[in-house]
Amino acid sequence: MGLGLLASRALRSSRLLTSPSPRFSFLRPIVSTPELQNPEAAQAQPEAPPPADLPKRAPVAGARVHFTNPEDAIEVFVDGYPVKIPKGFTVLQACEVAGVDIPRFCYHSRLSIAGNCRMCLVEVEKSPKPVASCAMPALPGMKIKTDTPIAKKAREGVMEFLLMNHPLDCPICDQGGECDLQDQSMAFGSDRGRFTEMKRSVVDKNLGPLVKTVMTRCIQCTRCVRFATEVAGVQDLGMLGRGSGEEIGTYVEKLMTSELSGNVIDICPVGALTSKPFAFKARNWELKGTESIDVTDAVGSNIRIDSRGPEIMRILPRLNEDINEEWISDKTRFFYDGLKRQRLNDPMIRGSDGRFKAVSWRDALAVIAEVIHQVKPEEIVGVAGKLSDAESMMVLKDFLNRMGSNNVWCEGNGMHPNADLRSGYLLNSGISGLEKADAFLLVGTQPRVEAAMVNARIRKTVRATEAKVGYIGPPTDLNYDHQHLGTTTQTLKEIAENRHPFCSTLSNAKNPSIIVGAGIFERGDKDAIFAAIETIAKNCKAIRPDWNGLNVLLLNAAQAAALDLGLVPESQNCIESAKFLYLMGADDVSLEKLPSDAFVVYQGHHGDRGVYRANVILPASAFTEKEGTYENTEGCAQQTLPAVPTVGDARDDWKIIRALSEVAGARLPYDTVSGVRSRIRVVAPNLLRVDEREAATFSSSLVKPEIKQEMSSEPFGSAVENFYMTDSITRASKIMAQCSAMLLKK
Amino acid sequence: MLARLATQRLLEIRQAFRQIPQTTRSFSTALNYHLDTPDNKPDLPWEFNDANKAKVKEILSHYPSNYKQSAVIPLLDLAQQQHGGWLPVSAMNAVAKVIEVAPIRVYEVATFYSMFNRAKVGKYHLLVCGTTPCMIRGSREIEDALLKHLGVKRNEVTKDGMFSVGEMECMGCCVNAPMITVADYSTGSEGYTYNYFEDVTPKRVVEIVEMLRRGEKPPRGTQNPMRINSGPEGGNTTLLGEPKPPPCRDLDAC
Repeated sequence: MGLGLLASRALRSSRLLTSPSPRFSFLRPIVSTPELQNPEAAQAQPEAPPPADLPKRAPVAGARVHFTNPEDAIEVFVDGYPVKIPKGFTVLQACEVAGVDIPRFCYHSRLSIAGNCRMCLVEVEKSPKPVASCAMPALPGMKIKTDTPIAKKAREGVMEFLLMNHPLDCPICDQGGECDLQDQSMAFGSDRGRFTEMKRSVVDKNLGPLVKTVMTRCIQCTRCVRFATEVAGVQDLGMLGRGSGEEIGTYVEKLMTSELSGNVIDICPVGALTSKPFAFKARNWELKGTESIDVTDAVGSNIRIDSRGPEIMRILPRLNEDINEEWISDKTRFFYDGLKRQRLNDPMIRGSDGRFKAVSWRDALAVIAEVIHQVKPEEIVGVAGKLSDAESMMVLKDFLNRMGSNNVWCEGNGMHPNADLRSGYLLNSGISGLEKADAFLLVGTQPRVEAAMVNARIRKTVRATEAKVGYIGPPTDLNYDHQHLGTTTQTLKEIAENRHPFCSTLSNAKNPSIIVGAGIFERGDKDAIFAAIETIAKNCKAIRPDWNGLNVLLLNAAQAAALDLGLVPESQNCIESAKFLYLMGADDVSLEKLPSDAFVVYQGHHGDRGVYRANVILPASAFTEKEGTYENTEGCAQQTLPAVPTVGDARDDWKIIRALSEVAGARLPYDTVSGVRSRIRVVAPNLLRVDEREAATFSSSLVKPEIKQEMSSEPFGSAVENFYMTDSITRASKIMAQCSAMLLKK
Repeated sequence: MLARLATQRLLEIRQAFRQIPQTTRSFSTALNYHLDTPDNKPDLPWEFNDANKAKVKEILSHYPSNYKQSAVIPLLDLAQQQHGGWLPVSAMNAVAKVIEVAPIRVYEVATFYSMFNRAKVGKYHLLVCGTTPCMIRGSREIEDALLKHLGVKRNEVTKDGMFSVGEMECMGCCVNAPMITVADYSTGSEGYTYNYFEDVTPKRVVEIVEMLRRGEKPPRGTQNPMRINSGPEGGNTTLLGEPKPPPCRDLDAC
C-alpha cells in the first residue's frame, strides 16, 4: 500500500518539526509537533511557491483515470502538483491519481462511502478545518495538502482515538503483519497512550464456520456491514448501539449465510474478522504466495495460494477486474484443506479379493497396457474430469485416438455437446460485460451456486441500473430482485413465441442478456431448448455486432477447454458398450450402465466416487501442484502454477498418459509441457494466449441444421445441489463439510 | 521528605480513583444483542392490533411509498406502546415487515435510541434525568429515593410489574431541575402518556409513585406549588408591566 513510504515521510517531517525543548521533555507530550498547538502560527508560515522541478509521481496502485467526457475534467492541486480528474471524483481519488496514498480504514473503492473513520483527513486551502477526503468531492482549483503538519496532527489524533479501545494483542492476532491499523499506527501512532480508563470489551459473535470474530478489536469502520449489504446481498450484519457502546453484530443469533462471506476477512482493516480455519496456523510473512487460478467452478477466479513448505495454508483473491474483481467465493477460499485429505499417493491395483494393493508405476502401467490391447478400439472410452487442465485433456484425446477410439469427453458436457461453434458454450458478453446488460433472462441456471462471482456481477448490475431479471428454473434464492417466470420449458416456449409478459422487458432492453445454465447440456432436449433460446435472442435483438447477449454459464473449470479441444464422444451410448474406461479425475459420471466386466482405470488425486469402481488407480497431482491451462466460462485461458510439491508418488496427468502411451506401444510425440502446448496450438491456439479473453465470433447469418426435436415438459433441475461440495477436492474438505452442515438451508 | 509524602499521598488518591468500578453502563437496556428468553423470542407471533393497524397506515401515509423505511421510528414507538413499554424482537421483525427492510436495519435503529426499551419495563417507567443541571440539583438523591422506595435496582421491574426506574439524558427542563419522566404504558397506546414531573424532591417522587399506584393522575409539570410552569418561585419579579420601548430609538419618528 505504499505505507512504508508514508511512514518514512511522516517520520521525516516529524523530525524536522520537533524542537526538543527541555521544558517539554519533562512532560513528554503526545504531540510530536508542539508548535502546532497554535494553528494560526502554522498557517501564518509563508506559503512556499511550488518548486518548478517537482519530481514525477506515479499514481497509487496504477490508478487510472477514464474521462468519459473531456469537458468534465477539472484540475486540482495535490501538494502543489496539478492533476486533471473527472468531475465527481472525491479528494481521496484525486490524491491517488496524483500519487499520494491517503491512509484510510473505512473507505473502500468497491463499497459505498461511509466517512466514519476520519483517518483520511487532509488539509484543503480555505477550509477552516481538515476535511475527510474520502467523502469530499473535489472541486475545480482545490488546493489539497496531504502532508502538512495540520493534516498529520489530525490523523495522529484520529489514530489515538482508534487505539483507545483497541486491545494491545497484536502478538496473538492473526491479522498481525497485514493489519492496516498496525501499519498506519507505525506512521501516525504514538508510542504511549494517554488513556488510563478501562478499555471496552465486546462480546464475540458467531458468524459460522468460516469467519472468526474478535469484536473487541473492531474499529467500527462498517466495511463488513457495507460489504454484506451491497456486494453479498445478505442483510445480516449491522451497527448496533451508539457511542462507545457501538458494535457490529447481527443482534439475533444468526450465521452469515452468504457464499461470499469470506471476503469480509480481506476487507476488515483490523483483526476483528479473521479466517477461522487459518486461525493461529501461520504468520503471513512466513508464507510463499503463488499466483494461480481457482478450478472449483468455471469462473476461473484469480487466486494467490499461500503455502508454507509442502502445505497450503490459505487462499486469497487476486485482483482481476474482468473476472472476480477482488472477491472470491467461500468455496474457492476454504476448500484447500481438501487437498490434504483422501489423497491418492501410490499406483494401486485391485486384487482378486477386491482390495487395492500398492504397486510400482511400471507394474500399473504394464497392466493397463495389456488390457487396452485386449479390447476392441471402439470399446475404449475416456472421460476427463471437471478439474482437468487443457494439457492433460489434449494428451488423453491423442492417446485414445492412437488406440483407435474417439469416445472421449469431459464430464458435465453431456453426450452430444455442441463443440462446433464456440459461441454455443461460452459466456459471450464476458463476465465484466454483464455490467452493460439491462435485462437478464436466466434459463435453468442458479448463478448463485453455480458461479458465485458471476452472480455477484449480476447483482452489481441489478443494484446499479435496476436491471430486470427473469428466472426460469426451480425456486431458488437469488440475492437480487427477480421475477420467477416458471419452472418448465413451457415458459421458455411462451417467451420464444412472444406470448409472455416478460417479452416486452427483453425487447425494450438495450442490452438484453440471456444466461443459460450448463445443466441443460445433460438434458435430452438440449438442442430444442437452445433453438428456443436462439429465437428469443433473435426476437429481442440480443446478438448484434456490438453486443452478444446469448450466454452459456458453464459449471466446471475443464468444460470450456474440453469443448475447444474437441472432446466429443463418437457414440452417445459408448458407456454401455465400454470394456475399457479411462477416468481422468472423473467422479460424477454415471457408471450404472457400465458392463460389469469393464476394466476401469482411475487417474486422479482424490479417492472419491470414481475409485469405488476402479480396477487400477493412478495417482495424479492436483491443480495446486502442477502447471496447467484452464479456460473459464467467458473463454479466457489462464494458467495455474505449482505452489506445493506433489503428494507421494503422484505425477502430472499428462505425464502419466504420456508414459502409458509408451508402454502401450503408441508413443505420443511430446516429452515436455511445451511440447504438449505446441500440439494444443494446432487444435485450439486460443488456449495458449494466457490471460486474454478470446471472444467467440458469431454471425447471425450462419445456417444451422434444422432442429426437429421437441422440448420435453420436464422441469429444469438444479445443476448444483450443494454449493460447498461440487468436486472431489471440495468433497474431501472438512471445512466444506462443516459449511454444508451449518449454512445450507434444509 | 515532604515531597516523598506528597507523592505517596498522590499515589493513594490515584489508587482510590482506580478502584471505582467503571464497567456498569446506564443505558435503558444494556445489551446490544438479543438473548432468547421465554417472552422474547423471534418465533413468538407479534402483530399490530386492529386499532394500531389504522395508525400504521396513517403513519405510512406521511412518507413517499418508496421511502417507507422512514417510518421506522414512529412505528417502533407505536409497537412499544402496544407492547407495554418494550420491544420484543418479534415486534421489531413485524415493523421490518411493514416497512419492507431487512430486520437488522430495524434492530440498528432500536438499539441506537435509548428510549426504545428492549427489555421488559414496568407499567409506569420512571426515567430520572441524570444530566448535569439535574445532577447538581440532586437527581442522584431522587433516584436513590425511588429505588429504595420500590426496592429495585436500576432497569429492574418491581415484582408486581408496576414500576421500573431508568436513567435518561437531558430532556430540556433544566430550569425546573431536577425532573423525572413517567412513561405510562398501563393503558396501551390509547392512553399512553409521557409526562414530566419537575422540581421534584425525594419526598415528592415517592408521593407521585404512590399516587400512580392508586391509579390517580398526579399533576404534571412543576411540583413546586410556589411556581407556575417555569416561572420563578412566588410569581414574577421582573417584566411585571408592559415593557418600555427602547429609549434610544423613537419608532414613531421615522
